[in-house]
Amino acid sequence: MKKDFSKATRLILSLMAMVGIFFLLFWLEGQKSQYGMLISVMQKGVILSIAAVSMNLLTGFTGLFSLGQAGFMAIGAYVTGILTIPVDRVDSVYYVNGMSEGLKSFKETLAVLPSPVLVALALIAGGLVAAIFAGLVGIPVLRLKSDYLAIATLGFAEIIRAVIASPQLDKITNGSYGIKAIPGFDLGNGRGMLLIPFGVAFLCIGLIVLLIKSSYGRAFKAIREDDIAAEAMGIGLFKHKQLSFIISSFFTAISGGLLAMFMRSIESRAFQIILTYDILLIVVIGGIGSITGSVVGAFLVTFAKEWWLRFFDTPLTINGVQIPLLRQGFRMVVFSVLLMAIVLFYRKGLLGNTEFSWYGFLTWPSRFFKRKKPVSATPGEGGAGDE
Amino acid sequence: MTFTTFIQHCLTGISLGGAYALIAIGYTMVYGILLLINFAHADIFMMAGYFMIFAMSSLPWFISIPVVIIVTIALGLAVEGAAYRPLRMAPRMSIMISAIGMSYLLQNLAIYLFSALPRAYPTIEPLKQNFKIGEVSASLVTFLTPVLTIVLVVLLMQLIKRTKIGMAMRAVSRDYDTSKLMGIKINRVIRFTFIIGSALAAIGSILYFTDRMSVTPFSGLMPGLKCFVAAVLGGIGSIPGAVIGGFFIGISETFLIAFGYSTFSDAFTFLLLIVILVIRPTGLLGETITEKV
Amino acid sequence: MNKQEANRKIVLQTEDLTMQFGGVVAVDHLTASVYEGEIVALIGPNGAGKTTAFNVITGVYTPTNGRVRLFGDVIAENKPRGKMKELYKGEDADAYSNRIVLKPHQITKLRVARTFQNIRLFKALSVFENVLIAHHTNLKAGVLRAAFHLNGHEEKMMAERSMELLRIVGLDHLADEISNNLPYGMQRRLEIARALATEPKLLLLDEPAAGMNPQETLDLMDFIGEIKDQFKLTIFMIEHHMNLVMGISDRIYVIDFGKQIAVGTPAEIQNNEAVINAYLGVAE
Ligand SMILES: Nc1ncnc2c1ncn2[C@@H]1O[C@H](COP(=O)(O)OP(=O)(O)OP(=O)(O)O)[C@@H](O)[C@H]1O
Ligand SMILES: [Mg+2]
Repeated sequence: MKKDFSKATRLILSLMAMVGIFFLLFWLEGQKSQYGMLISVMQKGVILSIAAVSMNLLTGFTGLFSLGQAGFMAIGAYVTGILTIPVDRVDSVYYVNGMSEGLKSFKETLAVLPSPVLVALALIAGGLVAAIFAGLVGIPVLRLKSDYLAIATLGFAEIIRAVIASPQLDKITNGSYGIKAIPGFDLGNGRGMLLIPFGVAFLCIGLIVLLIKSSYGRAFKAIREDDIAAEAMGIGLFKHKQLSFIISSFFTAISGGLLAMFMRSIESRAFQIILTYDILLIVVIGGIGSITGSVVGAFLVTFAKEWWLRFFDTPLTINGVQIPLLRQGFRMVVFSVLLMAIVLFYRKGLLGNTEFSWYGFLTWPSRFFKRKKPVSATPGEGGAGDE
Repeated sequence: MTFTTFIQHCLTGISLGGAYALIAIGYTMVYGILLLINFAHADIFMMAGYFMIFAMSSLPWFISIPVVIIVTIALGLAVEGAAYRPLRMAPRMSIMISAIGMSYLLQNLAIYLFSALPRAYPTIEPLKQNFKIGEVSASLVTFLTPVLTIVLVVLLMQLIKRTKIGMAMRAVSRDYDTSKLMGIKINRVIRFTFIIGSALAAIGSILYFTDRMSVTPFSGLMPGLKCFVAAVLGGIGSIPGAVIGGFFIGISETFLIAFGYSTFSDAFTFLLLIVILVIRPTGLLGETITEKV
Repeated sequence: MNKQEANRKIVLQTEDLTMQFGGVVAVDHLTASVYEGEIVALIGPNGAGKTTAFNVITGVYTPTNGRVRLFGDVIAENKPRGKMKELYKGEDADAYSNRIVLKPHQITKLRVARTFQNIRLFKALSVFENVLIAHHTNLKAGVLRAAFHLNGHEEKMMAERSMELLRIVGLDHLADEISNNLPYGMQRRLEIARALATEPKLLLLDEPAAGMNPQETLDLMDFIGEIKDQFKLTIFMIEHHMNLVMGISDRIYVIDFGKQIAVGTPAEIQNNEAVINAYLGVAE
């Protein structure tokens, strides 16, 4: 039997941690003038963590290497953006071509809803549109083998972007002008800038974890391990791949919707392949097949990229000596080298395919000092295995 | 559309297609042997663009061209050695991520070294000479590209057919494991494949950028993906297939833009990819094989 | 034997089953039947086409010609089409007209389970999970119910049955072990447990004793007999260990180069000249 705390202990520890995090976020929100940078990086980190976990559901748990993330995020961002722009700002945003009448009157009817409800509906709508797209796209592409799937999904993301930016959709997506005046995270009292994205992320990631721990999640893993054996055990490949793809796209789009609210203004160029690569980087660093890894990776990468390593991009002179290498673009070079180093020398990433466990976490220091070969954290979600 | 403009577009399309064909060969050969989409190939092509800018700043064009080809080959070999060779035995997904990582690295390196702003591509005087045939006028490069493409492909086919290393390449792409057991030096074959692929990418890059006049770190991305699609269209692993695919995509793209659908020209390529993969996954000239269980 | 056959139900029947890869005819007009409650062996030299026959029966490959029936229903049927028409080497190219191809998972749902010659476990998963996953095919809960864990009773039943199966194959003490870490013989047993979890009536075993020592092979022989009785199975088995084949089979089919060269009881096969020649490699 694996060593672990009892179920009750784990539950209490988790609840305590959650309450702690809640108060920390609540407190930080109150200090926004002082911690502006920290708050904004945390927002972005938690938003990307949803996209990374969704990608991991496909890549790490179903074994489908899909590179369509940016496209589904674009769908979520645009649907959320369009539905949440205040009605009175519509004309100034769509100043070139105007918004289509039907859409505008639809928005006017929605305007009666309180804004948090509208935002929730908009995020879900974005997810649903993406899910429908994924369902349609999945029919041809999920039959493809690994790299063909990668390139086909990448292609679909590009098509989505082209369609969004096309002049034919000017009256809906505002074509190449993008969408501005998207309301940010606000519960109505100047609060929510952290609680909203963290709350949504908690729900989304929680649902994905529940799914992975269910019989369907096990079927996904079987496909990942050996699709021929999985099929021989009665698991319909297409149905399950499709399911995983649709669910992943749904949550990816929600992450895109949150990103739109975070950025306040979006244009199709923000959803290029590079965005997919960024998410892939997070998943690889965190560990393919580890949800905790993706979450930790999302924060780590965002903190490093947007904050800690900013100085890489600014030339620095100490005592009249110009420090070499530091200038615009160096940060991303460091990141790509890091990615390559992980792929080549440390393929498991931070957590491999293991998950966070309280036992592993709290006993880590003692194990570390005993210098024994560390007992790996509970090899994830044993399903009903952890009696 | 008048007949003259039609011919004009055809010429442009064929010329673009020739450049695509040369790049597509690099994808198809590497895929044939390693079963890997060499995502970095597009960025090697982009880097070749920058190499030309630097070479031409101090050397005449006829020396610059061989220099650029050699430096590009060196880059191709470096990518192979650093990102692919250590992972020969690794799971497919790791190799794919390594390929993407390499592409990401080269792009970011280009941004760092040359900035994200477009850089003017040097004019190679003889290539820019204008020709006029009847109403149709075009620069030499437009006529030269398809001819050069065909010549290079014929040479390459002969090489693969007649030389020992060519035979080894065919053997490895047919059955990797057996070839290895038969004593073929796989790493040599792979290096040779990268040499040819990179050399063709360098030539393709000269032809492509001469018509486009500027290079950015992202210049490789879309052409690269399109050329991969061209390779799939022709049947991955097949060199004549890649050439046909390259010309097809070059010509259709040119006409889509001519008809005012430029926003969809990239999307079209991918739509094409998906249609082929669904209807005929082996491409036009590929063979069907059943995976052994 | 004949009397028995007459009032026994046919579980599996292949008619002129042919599988051709390009010019290679891996299975050549195989006509065979397996009756309820029997243990039937399929033997033949290396490369004879045994595994390919299993792959066609389980839906991994689409046959190029012929038909497969399961409990009387057609699960696969085809005739040479397209390019195969030119390559086809048989004569009865138009004897079968329909094109019926069930997917492997659909055939599993019709109560056929199999093991693989080159063990295909879910390597990174635990022994317990390997068996648990195989229960998924009979899951009643939809994805939402399952995701919100509202099918607790069902999950509990699946977990209990999985442990039970592990006890039967003697791996219950290793339930939490990663399956790839098991020794070879145990992996083969685990594959059988996993196959049983799909609740089959017909079990196809592809070289279950491969890589086992004589003692393990003997144990396996008893074990196959036990599970056959306990789960009321019909067993169709590929095997090279002649002691095992002769010891437990009711009937044996022998194929060489895809073609059936003999069929009969173990005693009949042992003295069959064609079989001896095939195994000794005497030219026909
Ligand atoms: N997918 C495939 N493509 C091409 N040829 C194949 C394929 N699968 C099997 N074959 C060929 O079919 C023939 C029969 O192979 P099969 O694996 O069925 O033999 P077998 O009787 O199971 O042999 P063994 O006892 O060694 O397991 C062999 O010549 C093999 O090379
Ligand atoms: Mg076999």
